[in-house]
Order: sequence, then structure tokens, then C-alpha cells
Amino acid sequence: MQRRIIKDKLFEIIIIIFALVSTFPLILILFQIVKKGIASINWSFFVNLPQPPGESGGGVSNAILGTFILIVIAGGFSILLGVLGGTFISEYKDKKISELIRLCVNIFQGIPSIVIGIIVYIWIVMPLHRFSALSGGIALGIMMLPLIVKSTEETLRLIPSSLKEASLALGASYTTTMLRVILPAGINGILSGILISVSRVAGETAPLLFTAFGNPFMNFNIFKPVDSLPLLIFNYSMSPYPEWHSIAWGASFVLISFIIILNILTKMVSRKWKTVF
Amino acid sequence: MKMDRYFKSILFGAAILLLLLLTGIFFTLLIGSIPAIKASGIKFLSGTSWNPVTGVYGAVPFVIGTLLTSFLALFISLPFSFSISLFLGEYFKKGALAEFLNYATDILASIPSVIYGFWGLLFLVPIVRKFELSFHILPYGVGIFTASLILAIMIIPYTSYLAKEVILLVPQDIKEAAYSLGATRSEVIRKIIVPYSRSGIFAGILLSLGRALGETMAVTMVIGNSNLIPGNIFSPANTMASVIANEFTEATNDVHLSALIELGLLLFIITGIINFIGNEIIKKLSIKG
Amino acid sequence: MKRLFSILVLLAAVLMSLTANAANKELLGAGATFPYPLYSKMFHSYYQETGIKVNYQAIGSGGGIRQIRNKTVDFGASDAFLSDKEMKAFKNPVVHIPIVAGAVVISYNLTGNFSLKLTPQIISNVFLGKITKWNDPQIKDSNPSVKLPDMHITVVHRSDGSGTTFIFSDYLGKISKAWKMKVGTGKSLDWPIGLGAKGNPGVAGLIKQIPGSIGYVELIYALKNNMPTASIKNKSGNFVVPGIKSVSEAANVKLPDDLRISLTNTGAKYGYPISGFTYILVYKNLKNGGLSYKKAKEVVKLLWWMTHKGQKYAIPLHYAPLSEKALKKSEKIINALRFDGKNLK
Repeated sequence: MQRRIIKDKLFEIIIIIFALVSTFPLILILFQIVKKGIASINWSFFVNLPQPPGESGGGVSNAILGTFILIVIAGGFSILLGVLGGTFISEYKDKKISELIRLCVNIFQGIPSIVIGIIVYIWIVMPLHRFSALSGGIALGIMMLPLIVKSTEETLRLIPSSLKEASLALGASYTTTMLRVILPAGINGILSGILISVSRVAGETAPLLFTAFGNPFMNFNIFKPVDSLPLLIFNYSMSPYPEWHSIAWGASFVLISFIIILNILTKMVSRKWKTVF
Repeated sequence: MKMDRYFKSILFGAAILLLLLLTGIFFTLLIGSIPAIKASGIKFLSGTSWNPVTGVYGAVPFVIGTLLTSFLALFISLPFSFSISLFLGEYFKKGALAEFLNYATDILASIPSVIYGFWGLLFLVPIVRKFELSFHILPYGVGIFTASLILAIMIIPYTSYLAKEVILLVPQDIKEAAYSLGATRSEVIRKIIVPYSRSGIFAGILLSLGRALGETMAVTMVIGNSNLIPGNIFSPANTMASVIANEFTEATNDVHLSALIELGLLLFIITGIINFIGNEIIKKLSIKG
Repeated sequence: MKRLFSILVLLAAVLMSLTANAANKELLGAGATFPYPLYSKMFHSYYQETGIKVNYQAIGSGGGIRQIRNKTVDFGASDAFLSDKEMKAFKNPVVHIPIVAGAVVISYNLTGNFSLKLTPQIISNVFLGKITKWNDPQIKDSNPSVKLPDMHITVVHRSDGSGTTFIFSDYLGKISKAWKMKVGTGKSLDWPIGLGAKGNPGVAGLIKQIPGSIGYVELIYALKNNMPTASIKNKSGNFVVPGIKSVSEAANVKLPDDLRISLTNTGAKYGYPISGFTYILVYKNLKNGGLSYKKAKEVVKLLWWMTHKGQKYAIPLHYAPLSEKALKKSEKIINALRFDGKNLK
């Protein structure tokens, strides 16, 4: 009997130790990013452009702008398509095509981002003969799609059909019912799906390597290459210049802060607009 | 009700577009691979040499590199993710510590892979090198082992999240019945919780594996980029994804480019199958993935 | 939801309107990492002088060639000139304009930071994996005054298609039959040993990190990072330290009109044997590259600036400027650039 209890305690202790040890890397990463990141952040970091290698004092304003542009393009395209597509498969649950889309979405959710890069290179960069913010944005948008479709469908499925029936019975048209009643009722789920997907692609690098391509200058033109924070971190961290390493730390800090803020926002959104039925 | 007709056709149009987009990805990869398939045929899958100079493209070194890093990462991460899931799903469902662990895994999951790579390069690589030096292994620092360590950290949140969800689904009455028979907690875990949630844990492992297989940036930065078949787990290697990242913008001849696309297709098929099975299991268990 | 859409639409509209203005003020180039420090300095100054933004992405020489062929960039950059076969693969003719000459140096990570003397024999054996220890008798014989450690040699090479690799393997192919047979010459190789890293920066970074490593990088990458460089025995039997002078010396040979020439293992008495030109590649008829007339003019202007006024940035960054002879021939090539027969000067 005694031995069984000791064994039980031992098991519990091991579980606790392993669980807590697994947070060490996180604490280490965050600690180093905060420490080294803050040290290299100042006003010029946010407003200046990168300097030639080996010269100090560069900034990452181009990459911050680029990341923003890429997310706007990605969002614009994937939210529209994703929400409409998600609505379709929740409305026509049993149609063959819905089944097919669901299957595709499930498979595509885990497609390596580098593969999406190849696809967008073939689809957009080659025919247009240019690297561009547009192609980078679409690559990120394709990555956002599965999550948005899924979260839209799942949210709408939870909305009781009585709501829809009531609206229709009151004489509202189908369109009005969907746009004014059903989608707003599910706004929390849809919005948090969108926010999560944005936070996932904000840090993506691989699909941008051969689409957005990078740019050391400010660029507002979506048909030209842009830089992005993750791309800049990749290029700078692989360089032998200490000045660039510290800029990469700073950029990591900015990027992680942005992503964590998005995550917190997601939690707030799903709490605040939670509709209870 | 003209409006409704329009609206419905817009919905339908979006659905069709979505389907075309997703299936289009597969067919684009397939068509892009044709020149390489014509040139190398089945040798692509059995060839052990990848040599753009002579135009020989065999994917074996990368397939081995990919499988080794992914499974090693899985192996390293399992004790940790399993502990986390029991910690959150059984021992401490609530409380400050559970809250902390929940947040920690959330953040762990959202750190961009390029930052993992950057941190790995500047922090982990020197540590691994010291370790290798003290064990008289060639002190590269970069290589399969380092890549697996990083990958392990990256996939812990995925496995542990799904495993926790299934562990929470184990019916309370079965557990209580076991306790009333005098079973200890560890016995309940081993005899009831684990068997009961086995398939869910398996699904979690599969989905993590899918993620590890396709992970690009963090791996590319620390794996050492060697096109040879790795000799041991400390050797430098390349994964399918890291080769694409390294060579895609610069493949000067069409067969080379096509061979890289074929690697992408292979990766797509493998991860597609793994995701499909994982998602099917989750669907049967009806938990949110 | 609706508000969100309208915000997005508004943003898109703002972006579009900003777009129209900046169209011709930006050029895009991609390719070699070898001249990257120089080019980013040049283009930084060019922007301040003229307001023209030249976006240069160092993706490797192989990438430069591929992207100019795909017409995704305005100009490509490569340290490896195209072979006759590669030239034929282009539908329309391209020309090579050398910008500077540089040295591929052999750098290493050994405590003490001394300069090693290496013979062609040692270099080929190390990179073929035949010499695996730093205290190998061959290395000892050539460096009697240095105490070499009993340490494994870790070879670091490029993982991407690279002109630096091309120059280096071109050299090895000339001095070693075994290398020529086993590995050959090219931008990407099937390396018998070693670690791969992306770009000159990546190789330099890895050498700095790994004790006992050896690799090849462009001179500036070694100097900027305080890494030692080996002096190499050239064809005339002299040990030569890599530098602007010895590179210029190596480039002082008879040049062909299209300037496609290898500068490795030249007969120059005090020439550094692993030297090479780094080129900009453009279509002879710039219209074939998908450029507009205006943009083509900008490219020509830029090329002229780089080969003339821009040359002053070469020496501070340890590249060898074009010689009088090479410049004359470059000018001829630039002047022959056309836009559907239209003059661009």
C-alpha cells in the first residue's frame, strides 16, 4: 500500500516538474528578446530606414509599414472570401460541394507555408513579372483562409435556427436575415477567428521569401516589393554584423509585442461580444 | 426577391472560388512537377544524391532529414506535452499555476518561427556546440539535433492542447468509480484516462507531426544545410522545406526548379494525409481543434 | 462588418493613389551577395544624390540569373558570368557589365588569429575532405612557425546558388584534377563534406561561430568581421595576401570584348589567384526585360553611375575598381544598350 502511494506522489511530482520545465524556453526567449530588444529600440528605430551593412543607426520603418500593407491585403482578400465561403457551407451543410470544401479546408490547414510561397510565385509573380506586396499579401491571405472559413462555419452553426426562422417570419428577406441578424450574431466568433489568423500570419516568413521579396526603402506601391518584420529578422539574423543583430532583436520585440496584443484582443473580443442563446 | 438570388449566387460564387483556389494549389504543384517527373521519374524518390551541377535530383537525403528532425522533435516533446496536458486536464484544472501554464503555451504557440530560428542560432547553437565538444562529437552546433530541439519547443503547445481537451472529456463517473475502488491517481491516469483519450492524444501527435514536417524558417536557420544523407543525429542536413527555401529563387534551369516544386508536392501530400487523418479523429471525438 | 469593409476599401484606395506617383523612381535588382556591402552603400548614396530608390536583394548569383530570365527584376547581379550554353537558354541576348573585381578569401576560426599560408594542394584536399585535422603534416609544412591545434576541420560552404562558389570552384577545378572529376565547377555543387550557409553573410556568420571551421567568403566579409584570411600560393609560386592590389593585379590580363572572363589562377606574378569580376546583367534590348522606355533610361543611367562615379566607394570597402582597360570595354557595352533600337543615353 505504502509503495503505491509513494509511486503516486512521485508520478505527480514528475508531471509537475516536466510541465513547469517546458515553460523555461519560453521564459528564456521572452527574457532575451525583451532585454536585447528594448536596448536597441529608440525613436529612430521606428522612423529610420535600414543603413548599409556595418553602419550603425538604422531603423525598420520600412518593414513595419510593409507588414501592415501585407496584412491589409491578406485580410481584405481572405476575410471576404473566407466569411462568404464559411457562410455558404454552414447554410448548405449537406451539399456535396460543402463536404468537399470542408475536406479541403481541413487538409489545407496544415499545408507548409513554404508551399504556399511556391504557389503564389507561380500564380502571381511569374505572370506579372514582378515581386510585389500584392503577391506577398495573397500568400498570407491563402494561409488565413482555412481558419476564417472554419471559425465562420463553426460560429454560425451554433446560432439556433429559431433566430433565422423568427427573422424570416417577421418578413425580413433572406439577405437581410443573413447580413443583419445571423452574421452579427456570430460576430464574436468570426472576428476572433480573423484576429487569430492575422496573428498567425503576421510572423510568417517562408511564403514571403519569393513573393514580397524585401525592400530597404519605404514603399506604398502594392505592385512593388515590400519588406516585412519577419523577413527583416531573417535577413539580419543570418548576417555577420552585430549592428544588424541588434536591429533583429529590436524587430523581434516589436513583432512579438504586436502578436501578443493581437492575442489579448482576440480574448477580449470573444468575451465582449459573446452572444448567449 | 431578386436581392436574395444575388446574395445566394454570391455565396455560391465564393464557395466555388474557395474550392478552385484550394484544389488549384494541388494541380499547380502537380503540373509544375511534370518536367522533373519526366526527367527523373521514380529515381526522384530513390535517388540519394541532389546535384544541380549534373542535374541529378534525388530526394532521399531530404526525406530522411525531414523525418529524422520531425520524429526526434516529437520524441523530445512528448514527455513535456503529456505532462502539461495532465497538469491542466487532471491535476490543476484551475488556479494561478494553471492560468500561467495556459498563457505560456498560448504564447509559445504564437511566437513566429523566424524568431525561434534567430534565438536558436544565437543561443541554442553555442550551447549545443559546447555539449558536442564535451562528448567529442564534431562540434558543428547546427544540425539535426539543434533543429529538433527548436521544433520540439514549437510543437509542445499543439500536442498538449489537444491532449488536454480529450483528457477533460473523460467522464467523471468512471474516474470516481475507480477512485472508490481504491485506485491512486496515477493508476487512474494509466488505467482509465490514457486508454480513454488515446485516440485524441494520437490526433494531437499527428497534427504536431504535420506541423513539424513543414516547418521552414526555424529549421533552415539551424540545420546546417547539407545535401548529404545525415550520418547521425548531430550531422548537418536539410529538410524538404529548407531546401525549397534555400534554392527556390535561384534554380537556374527548369528541371531544378521543377524538382523543387516536386519536393513541395511531396511535402503537400504527406502533410495533407497526416492532417486529414488527424482531423477525422478529432471530428469523431467532437472536440474543437 | 460593413464598417470593417469600408475601412479596408478606403485603405486600398489610399494605397492605390500613392502608388501612381512613385512608379519610375524605383528600380529592382537581385542577385550576388558578393558585392552586397558595396551595392547597398552605392545605392544608399545614389538615393541621396538622385532620389531614385534602387532596391537590391542579395539572394545569390543563381537567383540573379534566374530572376532576370523570368523578368521579375530590372537587373540581375552575378559573380559567375553565363556560360555559352546558359546564354543560349535566354530567348533574348543579355550583356555582362563588370562593376568591380573582388577576392574570394579563405577564412578560418582558430584561436590566435594568425595568417595561414596555403598551397593549392592543401586547399583542394581540405575541401575534398582528404585533410581533416588542423595539425595535418601538409598544413604544418607550409606553416612551420605556427602551432596548429589537434582539431577537426569543419568546412563551411554556401547552400545557395552562388557566384562566390562559382569563382572558388572554378579555381579548384583549375588546380586540382580530383576536384574537377569529383565535384566540378558551378554555382551550386554537390559538396563532398561540410556545412552549408546562405549567402556570404551566412558563411561568415557560421565560421565566426564554429571553432576550427574554414570557409570561403568575399574579402570584405572577412575584414568587416575581423576574421583572418589565408595567403595563397599563386601560379607563379608566390604566396599572395588577398587585397585590392593583388586583385587588380590578377585582373590585369587581356580582356575579351564581352568581358566574360575568369580571373582565377591567372598568370599575373603577384596576382591573388581566387579573384573575379562581379557583374550586372541586363538585356541588350532592355525592352525584352519588360522595362518601360523611361525605366530603361534609368537603368542605363544607374549603370553609368556605378561604373564611373560609384567606383569611389569600391576601395574603402576593399573591392578593386575597374581598370582603365576594363572601363573602356564596359562603356562600350553600356553604350550599345538599346530600347527597340532607340538610343538610351
